[in-house]
Amino acid sequence: MSPLAILGVLSSAIFSGVSLLYITLGEVVDERSGIVNLGLEGVLLVSASSGFAVTVITGNPIMGVLSAMLIGGLMNMILGYLVIHRKANQLASGLALMFFGFGLSALIGKSFVGAKITSLPRIPFLGLSGLPKLYTSLFSFDILIYLSIPTAFLIWWLLFRTRWGLGVRAAGENADTTFASGRDPRLIRYQALFVGGLLAGLGAAHLSIAYTMNWTEYMTAGRGFIAIALVIFSRWHPLRAIVGALLFSGAVAFQLLLQSSGVHISPFLLDTLPYVLTLLVLIIWGGNRKHSAPASLGRVYQGSE
Amino acid sequence: MSQMVKSLSRTTFSSPWFNTFIRYLLVTLLALFLFGIILLITGKDPIQSYKDILTSTLGSAYGFSEVLVAMIPMLFTALAVALPSRVGLINVGGEGQLYIGAAFATWGALTFQNQPAWILLPVMVLLGMLGGALWAFIPGYLKAIGLVNETITTLLFNSIAPKIVGFLIFGYWHSAMDTVKTANFVPAARLPAFFGTRVHLGLVIGLALLILFWFIMKYTRWGLEMRAIGGNSQAARRNGLPVKRYLIVVMCIGGAIAGLAGMAQVSGFYGVLLLNFSMGLGFMGFLICWLAGGEPIGILLMSFVVAVITTGGNMLQLTRDLPYAAINILLALTLFAVLARPNFFGGKKA
Repeated sequence: MSPLAILGVLSSAIFSGVSLLYITLGEVVDERSGIVNLGLEGVLLVSASSGFAVTVITGNPIMGVLSAMLIGGLMNMILGYLVIHRKANQLASGLALMFFGFGLSALIGKSFVGAKITSLPRIPFLGLSGLPKLYTSLFSFDILIYLSIPTAFLIWWLLFRTRWGLGVRAAGENADTTFASGRDPRLIRYQALFVGGLLAGLGAAHLSIAYTMNWTEYMTAGRGFIAIALVIFSRWHPLRAIVGALLFSGAVAFQLLLQSSGVHISPFLLDTLPYVLTLLVLIIWGGNRKHSAPASLGRVYQGSE
Repeated sequence: MSQMVKSLSRTTFSSPWFNTFIRYLLVTLLALFLFGIILLITGKDPIQSYKDILTSTLGSAYGFSEVLVAMIPMLFTALAVALPSRVGLINVGGEGQLYIGAAFATWGALTFQNQPAWILLPVMVLLGMLGGALWAFIPGYLKAIGLVNETITTLLFNSIAPKIVGFLIFGYWHSAMDTVKTANFVPAARLPAFFGTRVHLGLVIGLALLILFWFIMKYTRWGLEMRAIGGNSQAARRNGLPVKRYLIVVMCIGGAIAGLAGMAQVSGFYGVLLLNFSMGLGFMGFLICWLAGGEPIGILLMSFVVAVITTGGNMLQLTRDLPYAAINILLALTLFAVLARPNFFGGKKA
């Protein structure tokens, strides 16, 4: 197998891992504030389709990415209204949001199937511009790829080093105490959901605008659920989410490498790897409180009247 | 998580029947109105679209039979959530259990295809239940020993199951012509259908299970003990109930029922095992159970309503040139409206 083929595999693994990192970070923020967003898959689909549509209409991928982010934030606001304002069941609300996303994205994307777009500009990886064209084309990444790991650090800083992040984590652990300390857990959760939606939208936009550069119905193919698994795998920590995304990329790369080198391991079985590893991590750390979920995850805040 | 359980069990049907009826009517109208706006934006005529949905589902005997067909797997997957919820377990894993049940049943159909129907079908039913139960056993066991929450594990298992089915179809079972599905089942492996429609024996099994569920919960010692565990598992344990065993067994039975949904789909509906055939039936079951407050009659009604909506989607696709998935918007808007519990009566929330 030629080195070029191996590099190609690595390149495509990076592309598929980056969108997942953004999505996972978004879900980390949601869940840190105490809300499980099971509708993530639907949010991603609506963001990916509308971002793609805006890119086709305006011809400007940046506009596409920005509108996908905004739509992601707005989709999460629906969930916020149901679970924060109306105190609805989080799992049911999330699943309803998922079905909403299935339908809405199909409707939005319908007239854009097969459309051509100009993707985000690619910048060659540092110091590689001297290499032959074939190599640099494989290792030219768009700005979102370069920004992915810094974003993980930014989210870590936001959650663990700012007052806002303290509020988010407090709301996720105990909403009543948060209220007693003079913050409104409802407002905090809305904010966290909006930030999480922006990140999910960013990941979805990267998928449809930068990676596949097209729209097909149900193109996210379970990435929302992979992200939910990776959040658990990374134990609700933004920096460990990088490891989770790398793991997923690695599985993708491994699978492609095996295929091209003629080894027969079913791609279907390799696809189960992120879930199986998450399950093992859960079992290993299961009884340990230090590694457990935010204490109020999934609970309804009844208010302190 | 414990609060979710409470809201999952019977909040909806506690208010008087008439108020409940009016509430649901208004909620449905609200959802229809919102979907109508979306239809208008996309340039479709909402009135005509709704007429299409009604005439294609409830307007003819054939349409009605198609609604019943769509309803069958939902009865099972909703029941697969309702039963575990009685002991406080949240089974979000119907989707995965359905796939594994379908895979086990398919194995039976392919292996024993020379047997007569009266042997083959019961074997497939048992295999389907076994598959679903096995898939629910691990989450149930991990929950019972207090290690991992069943909500998380059942969700993970949902994502694994379709890939195992894909592995089996691709690697071993696919037909000579096609790599995404098995060969058509022999006639003996098909659940019999009635009156020349596609309504199959699965409907009878589903209804029987609903009645059995109602009977067990209301009139047997098991039902009483399950309610005790669901109400306060600590107290139940101190009173000598085998809580762990109950959690595991009930979870497995829930899984077995979801596995039956898979068996009913491959044997009764498709007659073949397809890649990714379910498209969210398990999740739909969770939502139906939630809408129904976990009550058998509610499950029957809600499955019917959801089946009308999804069946109507087929007609919209044909006549209104909408993607089939678009009907999910109407479904979701209805759910949103119920979830938001608007206060039509200005009084306390239901």
